[in-house]
Amino acid sequence: MKPVVLRSIGVAAIVTTAATIWLGLWVTPPDKVQGDLVRLVYIHPPIAWCALYLAFGLAALSSLLYLWRRTRSMFWDRLAASAVEVGVVFNALTLVTGSIWGRPTWGVWWTWDARLTSTALLLVLFLGYMALRRVPAEPEVRAKRCAVAALFAFVDVPIVHFSVVWWQTLHQGATVLNANLSPTIHGSMAWTLLLGFVAITLAFIWMVAVRYRIEVLRDEIGEEELEVSLAERRAESGTVEAGFASAEATPTMALQPRPEPAGHPGPTVVS
Amino acid sequence: MWRDALLVAGKDLRIEARSRVGLWQVVPFALLALVLFAFALGPGPVALRAAAPGLFWLAVLFSTVLAIQRSFAIEGGEGTRDGLRLSGLDPAGIFLGKAAAVALQLLVLQLVLFAGVVLLFGARLHTPWLAITASVLATIGLSAAGVAYGALSAGLRVRETLLPLLVLPVLAPVLLAGSRAWAAALATSPAGGGQWLKILGAFAAVYVVVGVVLYGPLQEAA
Repeated sequence: MKPVVLRSIGVAAIVTTAATIWLGLWVTPPDKVQGDLVRLVYIHPPIAWCALYLAFGLAALSSLLYLWRRTRSMFWDRLAASAVEVGVVFNALTLVTGSIWGRPTWGVWWTWDARLTSTALLLVLFLGYMALRRVPAEPEVRAKRCAVAALFAFVDVPIVHFSVVWWQTLHQGATVLNANLSPTIHGSMAWTLLLGFVAITLAFIWMVAVRYRIEVLRDEIGEEELEVSLAERRAESGTVEAGFASAEATPTMALQPRPEPAGHPGPTVVS
Repeated sequence: MWRDALLVAGKDLRIEARSRVGLWQVVPFALLALVLFAFALGPGPVALRAAAPGLFWLAVLFSTVLAIQRSFAIEGGEGTRDGLRLSGLDPAGIFLGKAAAVALQLLVLQLVLFAGVVLLFGARLHTPWLAITASVLATIGLSAAGVAYGALSAGLRVRETLLPLLVLPVLAPVLLAGSRAWAAALATSPAGGGQWLKILGAFAAVYVVVGVVLYGPLQEAA
């Protein structure tokens, strides 16, 4: 993504978020039943939408496109990684904002409601993905491994959803949670909610794009460090026979994403 | 594919028959878990009987993680994994074979655990067909998903800590549906138990298919 485009998305996200805050906190009236609590509704559903549908849908799609040979490229791998990371943050925010709303409304921070439970499970599923990503490996190996893991996790989502819905309805009976926070939402409230969706989605896209750039830069740094340490080794072994030095240095160094200080052949990374 | 699956399953089961790691380590662990659950809940027979199905499946779940780790530890020897990969066996066959071996061990484990639940918690089975069907479907799902994740983390240095984090949330629906189905089977009337078989069946089908399709790329990435 071009820097200009990226920056304008960022600016648009800030402007729309500011507008949402202004409308949500000052312009819109408090709700008849819920009072000021209703103001959380302007951000909670948009965050949930970004986390549960946009982020994890994007991650699954990119992982699939990475695994498919014809479309295989590191672009999809990085995109999946970025989407999951931002998605995990948004997912956690969904739970936090929901809890803040739930405490005064239901009197508890947490209830074993179907939506809450499956959202929490989704968070743990994708935390696993991130843990797997942190395991050092060759970029291609890691990309393939993570893409498979993302798909494994993704096919579980509908099963988790149905099992939790049945579990909740059968086990606990009806809870206080009603999917419709207020039966009809109209006027300035509807517009604010709509704006909230636009703002949070823009922020999400901007964050994923920035995260993607970080991923690219990180890979570039890795390559550069490799070049530098290769050069160092060559310079160091300048007195030694040149052919021997390069033949020895190349294969061992190629296995190390973060080279040790020159002179110490560090442990090779086993994936 | 089927012939390869049989070969791999036979190999894994033969190793188990000779080493008896599952029999002398995983099964006692599962029984130990039952005893520990009782300590946690107190000796009241009512509470224990009510919790029996959930505790049974929790013990099965934890034992599954151990069984999976064992199933890939036997490939951990010098170059064994590469040997298996280079053997020309169909990846789908390897997947099915390993899953079948794990499934068989888990079924035996569940028999022992069931005896434990009956003896220690005073549970009584009223609808055997429901419990057996749920067990078989759940076992297929557990071993398919488990082997898929086992292959994913095999060979990693952090596999012991990573595998439970990866696999337990995925297996959560099996715990949920298995416990509910067993609760119905242990109750005097099995009402509402049948629908949990759908979840267990869907889970098993999804992970068998996904495993068969993705085991090839998975082996390359391990």
